[in-house]
This record gives sequence, structure tokens and C-alpha cells, in this order.
Amino acid sequence: MSEMQDYTSSLEDVNSRKFETFSYLPAMDQEQIRKQVEYIISKGWNPAVEHTEPENAFDHYWYMWKLPMFGETDVDTVLAEAEACHKAHPDNHVRLIGFDNYAQSKGAEMVVFRGKPV
Amino acid sequence: MAKTYSAGVKEYRETYWMPNYTPKDTDILACFKIIPQAGVPREEAAAAVAAESSTGTWTTVWTDLLTDLDHYKGRAYAIEDVPGNDDAFYAFIAYPIDLFEEGSVVNVFTSLVGNVFGFKAVRALRLEDVRFPIAYVMTCNGPPHGIQVERDMMNKYGRPLLGCTIKPKLGLSAKNYGRAVYECLRGGLDFTKDDENVNSQPFMRWRQRFDFVMDAIDKAERETGERKGHYLNVTAPTPEEMYKRAEYAKEIGAPIIMHDYITGGFCANTGLAQWCQDNGMLLHIHRAMHAVLDRNPNHGIHFRVLTKILRLSGGDHLHTGTVVGKLEGDRESTLGWIDLLRESYVKEDRSRGIFFDQDWGAMPGAFAVASGGIHVWHMPALVTIFGDDAVLQFGGGTLGHPWGNAAGACANRVALEACVEARNQGVAIEKEGKEVLTKAAASSPELKAAMETWKEIKFEFDTVDKLDVSHK
Repeated sequence: MSEMQDYTSSLEDVNSRKFETFSYLPAMDQEQIRKQVEYIISKGWNPAVEHTEPENAFDHYWYMWKLPMFGETDVDTVLAEAEACHKAHPDNHVRLIGFDNYAQSKGAEMVVFRGKPV
Repeated sequence: MAKTYSAGVKEYRETYWMPNYTPKDTDILACFKIIPQAGVPREEAAAAVAAESSTGTWTTVWTDLLTDLDHYKGRAYAIEDVPGNDDAFYAFIAYPIDLFEEGSVVNVFTSLVGNVFGFKAVRALRLEDVRFPIAYVMTCNGPPHGIQVERDMMNKYGRPLLGCTIKPKLGLSAKNYGRAVYECLRGGLDFTKDDENVNSQPFMRWRQRFDFVMDAIDKAERETGERKGHYLNVTAPTPEEMYKRAEYAKEIGAPIIMHDYITGGFCANTGLAQWCQDNGMLLHIHRAMHAVLDRNPNHGIHFRVLTKILRLSGGDHLHTGTVVGKLEGDRESTLGWIDLLRESYVKEDRSRGIFFDQDWGAMPGAFAVASGGIHVWHMPALVTIFGDDAVLQFGGGTLGHPWGNAAGACANRVALEACVEARNQGVAIEKEGKEVLTKAAASSPELKAAMETWKEIKFEFDTVDKLDVSHK
């Protein structure tokens, strides 16, 4: 049995701040991000990209990167937009969203580029 | 031509057995499993159930003739064999919609499962399913918010939610209890839960519990940057006391409260659900006492019916069983009532025990809650069975972690996210669960320790209540 470890999370340590789905896993690499884009498209959802300063990640509304890509089915186009958003805002969290317009909800939402913790 | 009055006892089937009746779209339909007393023909037993659950009394009375009983009576319109059970049969009964007060599951079930269940002509009776016409569904308030609104309020998307019932279920002081809550939430759970037995006992009065739990939620939110909640159980001895606790939960900013809809009662539940809708409070529903009603395969009320009652009465979460944990639940049957809880239209499907099409119209669905005897090794199966619109609740599977609640919570969160990520990638996670979890544990010592702790635990008892789908 592994030896007991302390659970290191605190108000003081900004690295303790999470950002919902997949934020307890290691940051995704390019191939993993591509797979999630493929999943969103295969579900028929509308991909979208948003970003925020990490200190404001708790807010419901992040900044939209352009408009949601309604009807977009090309994985490379979606990836290119996510990367463009990341390049324009390198210190911000960038999240990928799949809008499910039938459920009137987001079928998927995950941070694909992690910002600099503040 | 008007009817004449003749006193005495008539055979039920003369009035209530109508094999040529075509049910109306507005009828409430019920399927009963009946085991009649020896010598009672099936048609007579079915008609008797129709009569006793609607307009009938054991003898004719003159006041019957002051109304049009042929309009109001329940009609037994079909009989079917029960596969694999020669003693029992299914009786299908149609009830006209104006037999029941609008928006009242209380009224519907006072008739459908009232006196008739003690009726001598039947040896055993089970209400298997009820079809609520959309006309009746529209009169009910239903879930205060529903799945989609709760996701928006709590900011949880693209995965099942994670919860944990705080243990020991009885005996903790309020401040120690809040500690247990805080540790779970900071470790990565979305919700913690009052045990259903926790109301307001001498060792922990509700007021202090609410205060300390809210402190735990606030700190965990600031620490993790994620939205958190704890189901504050407002189930109480009286409705007045229940509302008092609910009002206080709202006052301190709690996002969700909890009620036990069977022991608390359908009347209290329906009222509380409407209050929750009016006050923007999510409502978690526990189901203590359900097994008394639904476990015996020959007598009682099937859980799919109790599920429909709750969706009409109102709740944003309902415990549905886990399929894989320590408590009873057949997989296909469970999938059937999960659909009834969450989907907007559910088709008849005997392989899942669903006897009628059920149209819920625009009534929101509620989250299915899987709780009881589950741990990280069950995660791949749970994600596969329940999909995203569920709350997976690990009690012992969080608090029993060798390093404590926060590590236990973190282990479950990592396992959940690893399973969801893999599922999205097209991996058959139920089959390849071990690989998925092992890979995730490589970067999570908390998950690794959890996997070492619970590896060997299995629950492999057969279910008592099986679907009657195949002949002997």
C-alpha cells in the first residue's frame, strides 16, 4: 500500500484552482484535443471557443472567441480557432464547447489550453 | 332508456370487464400483475381490480343511478399471461382522466393503490406501470428545474456529477460533520449529501448543520474555483418545520436541499418542489421505504411507477440504484426507469419492463442518482450505464480512502474524468476499464491508492426482483 500523502490544496496556492471538466487530468496534448473535437462534431453539436483570465474562471460568462462555429464539421477548422484564441491570449484559459441546441445546454465543455495561474 | 335499480351484489365483470374498449389518449392506463384467489376467473379478478380502484363498491347502491357511472368507471380492457409465472397475469385498466384531481399524484394513487391492495379476491397485486396522458402531465408542476437548468446553475457540463453521502450517518457533531463535507468538496466532488436519517437529532440540530456545511461549501468554492453544493435534508416531522428549514437554507445561500418523498409523503414533496421552483433551490430526492413497496415481484408498486410519481410530483435528482453496487437492481429494468426519469418520450419496451408509451411533453427530466456500495473500480461501468445525466455518489468509496476524504474525492474525480475522456475518444470503457484507470493513476497517487484499497470488493448476489421477460 502506498504511503500516506498530504492533500496539498489551499487558498494561498493558485495552482489549487480548478476549472471543471477534465481539470483533474494532466493538460491535454494536441492529439487528445483533436479527439475531443471529433467527439463534439460526431455528436452533431456546435463547436465554440471561449477564454478568460484564470482569476475570473469562476464567472459563468467567459469571453467568446468570435461566434460559435454553427454547423462546422471540419476538425482542423475548429482546432485552428482554438489555437488562434490561445495565441492571442496566451495567459488565459481557453475552453472548447459543444453546444447541444436540442438539449439547450452544453454537451461538452473543457479547458484545452490552460492559462497562467494567478 | 334509463336504468332501473336492483339491489344486491353483481359480478364485477358484468360492468368493469370491457375487452372491446379502445383506451382514449386522455385515459390514465395501468398495468397490474394479479394473482387471484383460487377459483376466481381472470376476467372477474381484473374487473374487480378495475372496480375497486375506481367507482365500485361491493354492492349496488341506489345513488349509483344519480350519475353516469359508465363514464367514470375504470375499465379492464386486456389480460395477458405473465411469462414464466402461471399463477399471475397482467390486467390492463383504463381510467377516465376526470376521475382525478389535476396535478395530484396523491389523488391518483389513493385510487390506484388504495383499498384495492387489501382486496380479498386477489391474493397478490402489483402495480407494474402507469401511463399518464400528456393531458394529465401538463397539470403537474414536475421537477423544479430539471437537468439542463441544474447544469447551468452549477456550471457542470459533459460529464456525470460526483457526490458523496457523509458518514457515519448518525452521531457526528455539526462542526465535525462540516469538516467531512469540506474535505470531500475541496478534493473535487460537486456535491455532498446528508444521509436520509439525518434530520434534526439531539446530537446535531439542523440549524448548526446548515451553518457549518455552508461554511464548508464557501471555502471549498474559493479554494477550488468550482461550484459546490450539499444536499441539506429538510425532511421534517411537519410541513411547517420542513419549510422553515428550507427557508433558512435559502437565506444562507445553499444551492440545493433534499427531501425523502415516500416517508415525507407525496403531498409534502409536491409542495416543496413548487417552493423550490419559486425560490431557485435545487431539490435532491431520496427514496427511503421504496424497497418495501417495490421489491416483492408479486405484490406492491414497481419502482418505475414510483419514478413517474416523483417526476410528476417534482425533484431534480432521484436515487435509481446503481446496478453494480451493494443494493438491488436489474440492469435492463434500471435502464428503463432511468429513461422514464430523464427522457421526454419513452416508448413501450417489454425488455426493459416498460408497458406503455410515455409522453412527458416539455416537463423537464431529473438526474439519476447512483449511490450505494460503489468505488473507483465501478466507474467505467457507471459511466457506461448512466451516461452524463447522473450523479454518481461514492460514500464509503470516498470517505474510506486510506488518506482521507479529500484524497478519496480526488481519486473519484480523476477516475471519472479519465473514463469520460476515454469514452469521448471512442474507447469501450466498460471492457477496457482497467487500462483506463491504471493509466490515469500514473499521474494521480490518490487514485492509485484507491485502486489498491478496493480492488477485491465485489457484489455478486442475484437480484430478487427480475423482469418477467422469458417463459420457463
